[in-house]
Amino acid sequence: MPRELRQSRIQKIWIPSKDDKPAVPRRPTGGPHLSNPPTVIVMVGLPARGKTYISKKLTRYFNWIGMPTKVFNVGEYRREAVKNYSSYDFFKADNENAVKIRQQCALAALRDVKSYLTEEGGQVAVFDATNTTRARRDMILDFGSENHFKVFFIESVCDDPSVIATNIMEVKVSCPDYQDCNKTDAMEDFQKRIECYKAHYQPLDPDQYDRNLSFIKVIDVGRRFLVNRIQDHIQSKIVYYLMNIHVQPRAIYICRHGESVYNLQGRLGGDSGLSPRGKKFAGALSRFVEEQSLTDLKVWTSQMCCSIQTAESLGVPYEQWKPLNEIDAGVCEELTYDEVKEKHPEEFALRDQDKYYYRYPAGESYQDLVQRVEPVIMELERQENVLVICHQAVMRCLLAYFLDKSAEEMPYLKCPLHTVLKLTPMAYGCKVESISLNVEGVNTHRDRPEEMKKFPGTLIRRNSVTPFTSPEPNIKKPRIDDLDEPLQELPPSPATPPTLCSAPHLSLALTGQNLKRRCNDCHEILQHCK
Amino acid sequence: MRDQPTEAPQQKRNRVRPLAEATMSLMGYGPSNSASPRELTQNPLKKIWMPLPCKNGLPDKHISQRKVCMTNCPTLIVTVGLPARGKTYISKKLTRYLNWIGVPTREFNVGQYRRECVKIYKSFEFFRPDNEEGLKIRQQCASAALNDVRQYLTDEGGQVAVFDATNTTRERRETITAFTEQNGFKVFFVESVCEDPKVIAENIVQVKLGSPDYTNCNTEEAMEDFKKRIECYQNSYEPLDEVLDRHLSYIKIIDVGRRYLVNQVQDHIQSRIVYYLMNIHITPRSIYLCRHGESDLNVKGCIGGDSGLSPRGREFAKQLGQFIESQQISDLKVWTSQMKRTIQTAEAVSVPYEQWKALNEIDAGVCEEMMYEEIQQHYPLEFALRDQDKYRYRYPKGESYEDLVQRLEPVIMELERQENVLVICHQAVMRCLLAYFLDKTAEELPYLKCPLHTVLKLTPVAYGCKVESIFLNVDAVNTHRDRPENVEVSRMAEEALLTVPAHQ
Repeated sequence: MPRELRQSRIQKIWIPSKDDKPAVPRRPTGGPHLSNPPTVIVMVGLPARGKTYISKKLTRYFNWIGMPTKVFNVGEYRREAVKNYSSYDFFKADNENAVKIRQQCALAALRDVKSYLTEEGGQVAVFDATNTTRARRDMILDFGSENHFKVFFIESVCDDPSVIATNIMEVKVSCPDYQDCNKTDAMEDFQKRIECYKAHYQPLDPDQYDRNLSFIKVIDVGRRFLVNRIQDHIQSKIVYYLMNIHVQPRAIYICRHGESVYNLQGRLGGDSGLSPRGKKFAGALSRFVEEQSLTDLKVWTSQMCCSIQTAESLGVPYEQWKPLNEIDAGVCEELTYDEVKEKHPEEFALRDQDKYYYRYPAGESYQDLVQRVEPVIMELERQENVLVICHQAVMRCLLAYFLDKSAEEMPYLKCPLHTVLKLTPMAYGCKVESISLNVEGVNTHRDRPEEMKKFPGTLIRRNSVTPFTSPEPNIKKPRIDDLDEPLQELPPSPATPPTLCSAPHLSLALTGQNLKRRCNDCHEILQHCK
Repeated sequence: MRDQPTEAPQQKRNRVRPLAEATMSLMGYGPSNSASPRELTQNPLKKIWMPLPCKNGLPDKHISQRKVCMTNCPTLIVTVGLPARGKTYISKKLTRYLNWIGVPTREFNVGQYRRECVKIYKSFEFFRPDNEEGLKIRQQCASAALNDVRQYLTDEGGQVAVFDATNTTRERRETITAFTEQNGFKVFFVESVCEDPKVIAENIVQVKLGSPDYTNCNTEEAMEDFKKRIECYQNSYEPLDEVLDRHLSYIKIIDVGRRYLVNQVQDHIQSRIVYYLMNIHITPRSIYLCRHGESDLNVKGCIGGDSGLSPRGREFAKQLGQFIESQQISDLKVWTSQMKRTIQTAEAVSVPYEQWKALNEIDAGVCEEMMYEEIQQHYPLEFALRDQDKYRYRYPKGESYEDLVQRLEPVIMELERQENVLVICHQAVMRCLLAYFLDKTAEELPYLKCPLHTVLKLTPVAYGCKVESIFLNVDAVNTHRDRPENVEVSRMAEEALLTVPAHQ
């Protein structure tokens, strides 16, 4: 007997109503869960080959598309275990004590991987370490098969000394290991550290030893790729993503269309044209773009009148993307908030409860929107300088990707009219500058009502993992207590300031290393626009 | 809705498959140093905003005459590999995919040129490296094909050409590269490498023995001859080389997708090609497509909406459950849309299923839940426009078939990855999916017959797809409305409603 269906109120999803339990929140694939067994992504490569960069970026992407993912950086476990880094001696293969510590750190990280994937609702864990030996990789493979995790290797191979040097300068010399060290010394020590690994490095061998493994080899920062035995949807997505990202310096400019007639009237959605102030903004945007004197700037708009009108005034070619259209408010299209409240009081309240998951009747949710703009993100990754002229909800989705925001924060990100955000990738994150073009526009931001702020959305809360923000490393007390040798033999650690290495909590705007000052600036800028 | 005079849709009826721009379209160049931005007007058919006539008084080009943005420079895809390595399979499949997503693509198979030229194939001797006459003919055929490539990409609106030949020598590939440079095309090589004799033999049996070359030949002789033909190439074969060809853009497919080597991907289209080639496989399987059971709104003759199943629709769901059971399909995946009627149908099949929002029915915008009679009454202009160019027509605040294809692309990609799948979807969605598998044009697609309570079983064979249509013997209303004779805006209501199927 087929079960009766009823529609969940927030996500508008039809579910069998046999039991009275509310729907399990769906993963925002907008569709099937195509990744049944969890996946462990294992990085492989010498130090300074961009493993951490890839790990963090991939993790951010996966969380954004709704696949709970977390990085486990063995280096962080090591720094937690051995507070005071003295020199590359620690990485010498014949430093037995250190080898043991490193082994224990790897095991501790794997234990955390296991609990993340089996108990905490994680789908993908990224095991970020050098993993340069077969012995180590075999150990991880055993761990994977014991726990029924799929294992996928990402090896980064690069022999271009200038790329390696750049990488060391960008992210290594500023790492806590070298805080009391000048740059030249740090550089030299790090080079020696690489040498320590080189002697025992066994690259993945597609012809013999590793022919049955699933992996991608990224060669010379994406000039070439070798892909072996892709097993499933996730692995295929990883490969596609890695093939599209690049590290060329560039800037992405995101703004909304100029103020529209409906904005002025306080109406949602619709397809109205620009108000006089909106037209003024379009002119100001044109001057701004000219001043930035960008090479090969691509301009993208949605297929809505106000964003195209804004682009028209730039006098440059532009491309229209339907996926950049504003969120479809369904039955609430063209209504004011007051009218929504009056005509659909229940819907109005539901949206405040869980704005990310909430789907307008006959319309879309933010969750839907993320799926819709995913191809735009992929193409943004491929491109260099781009100006995206879009809409409030769409801009929030895009911004959440670049700034690694959670499902809870995303629908409340401040994206005021007549303000351009300039995003510049740096180190492991993205610098944000907010530039108001000094043309007044109405405020279209509606905050979450105070009484709702007290608790997270029910669906978000029920999700054991809040999707969409890459979790911070929560290395509990390093689990080195089961080491045979006490740690005292190592130099005692002085009171160290909190690490700067990968501190996404430092600023909402910027995740990077040693960029604290700038990141405070950005924070202020963001504060400013609130 | 705007009451504007309508322009006749421009349907290109040339040999180019007129699938229009993909997700996005390159808009015209605004006047540089623009003093005032151009006014916009909405194209009534596609509901796309575009600038009004330019300064010179001439109207802007129709949008479909502009190039697809991400491929503004045409691309030549060149296959590389010994005979029977699946080059033609890849070429045809890729061509079908690219056409479907809206990138006009055509394949040029040099073997066919050769068969045109030398009507009667005698034996492998023709392919021997020391057969000078054979060599000359083959070279001429290759140049003839390249000439046609040039014409297709420069004059006929083609975006991608697939040059399907062995191209096993570096010399030949250099000639092609020079050709593309001369013409301003990008070139991307697709090499298929396979040493597994079983795979090769299978390929020969599947597609070579049926080739016109071997019509008057028994199987063993043909097999024998073809193997010798492969040997003719083997000696001079220079595979793409990591060092020597490091500057080229290519993908090397090793052992039918066990491994890939990807070098210097240059742009969007190449990246899509790579992604696609990595997702396809040749494991035998079947894809079952059907619509939900008859819904309450179907019975009333209304489009769209989110109603539940009618009693007959429920009966179909039950029958579908039995049918699926009788097929004894291993590891069957069941996919539905997020609409009530497909989920109700899947519930009766009693296997786990997955919901895709991307499989939802076309959004009819302001026409949702209307009968055709009502659409004609309230929006006669829209109704006529839709009949004029059903593929490109976008409902006000809704979608077009063209939009739908973009929305369904990830579903197709995942269908390619999967093995046995049953997709329970909707009329317009099913037409789009079917058009992909059966390589239908944009003109045919919106009129494909996908009746209720009928399962289509698709089984990949050789270069195509076998279709079996299985009616599950549960009556249902007909929801197929053919294109009426008269599609003019000025037509009478009766003429517009002539083809509306019977309903309550």
